[in-house]
Amino acid sequence: MGFWALNLDTVIMSLLLGVVLMFVFRRVAKKITPGVPVGAQNFCEWAVEFVDSSVRGSFSAKNNMIAPLALTIFFWVFSMNLMDLLPIDYVPLLMHQLGVPYFKVVPSTDPNATFGLAIGVFLLVLFYSFKMKGVGGFVGELTLQPFGKWGMPINLLLEGVNLIAKPISLALRLFGNMYAGEMIFILIALMGGAWAGVTLGGATLYGSQILLSLGWAIFHILIVTLQAFIFMTLTVVYLDMAHQEHH
Amino acid sequence: MNINATLLAQTIMFALFVWFCMRFVWPPIMAALDQRKKQIADGLADAERAKHDLELAAKRSAEILREAKEKVSEIMTNGEKRASEIVETAKIQAKVEGDRIIAGAKAEVDQEVFRAKEQLRGQVSAIALAGASKILGREIDAKAHDDLLDKLVAEL
Repeated sequence: MGFWALNLDTVIMSLLLGVVLMFVFRRVAKKITPGVPVGAQNFCEWAVEFVDSSVRGSFSAKNNMIAPLALTIFFWVFSMNLMDLLPIDYVPLLMHQLGVPYFKVVPSTDPNATFGLAIGVFLLVLFYSFKMKGVGGFVGELTLQPFGKWGMPINLLLEGVNLIAKPISLALRLFGNMYAGEMIFILIALMGGAWAGVTLGGATLYGSQILLSLGWAIFHILIVTLQAFIFMTLTVVYLDMAHQEHH
Repeated sequence: MNINATLLAQTIMFALFVWFCMRFVWPPIMAALDQRKKQIADGLADAERAKHDLELAAKRSAEILREAKEKVSEIMTNGEKRASEIVETAKIQAKVEGDRIIAGAKAEVDQEVFRAKEQLRGQVSAIALAGASKILGREIDAKAHDDLLDKLVAEL
């Protein structure tokens, strides 16, 4: 499969999750009242306020796009990560019955998804860097520091790495965490599969699968949320840096 | 695990979702939140103002009460003064009236006395005349002695 292959499982799952999220938010936004909030409105208001306050905390310039961007990133990534908590075999098994031999439920364990997001963020960083600092300002920032104009090649190397590291770290952090988490779920699930007959060892393996996957799932709730939050916060911070004259 | 066109699809979806969120989700929710904040702030300000008004009204009512009390006491002192004035003038009037009545009565009495004296004088002269005529044994011509009698009466 060449470059133009499309991972339909990733695309379908992330599209589905994004559409559901946007649908929920839009439905609330359409009939929102400034009165006493109830139900879904309460949740959405909490979400918006949470994102808004964390954006206010780390983003100092004025840009109306950053907060909705952060909201989208947090909840989209969060919901993609959350698919990790579904019992790992259920959806693939179902799809297998429907004639699909391979189906990955967690889009954020696909590096394409995380890099896709990170590239989006990176394009925004580049766009705002050029827009806020001008071509000269941005190029100057890349080449004239930290060693002054005589160290231009070294400066470019250092700052170039610094710049490229942003999307790569963003994408790989999320991918790595989610992939490792999923991998551990799979390993835990294999323990139960390893039992052979009703023996003491088999029963022990089966029991420890239940306990371990429970423990890991509970721990994973933290990772799922934390990774989404980190992705959002770093995006905001990178964009903030893109808006600053000097950093 | 290979990098492929999913990347682009994901980026495009990302852009679309961000656009959607920015266009249709964020503004109404934020507007509602701001409006609620404003409502709460307005409510608090109204409460503060109402409290202030209440204080002012209480102060004003106390003042009005105080003024009313002052007025009442003023009216009362005025009334008392006026009453005593009336009594005083009535007293004076009564005294004047009494004096007048007394004077009238005195004049009447004097007149009565005077008239009685006159009468008495007349009778005395008549008695004297009768006595004298008896003593002289003959009729005295009243007409001839009128001037004598008048002199006598004047002496009484």
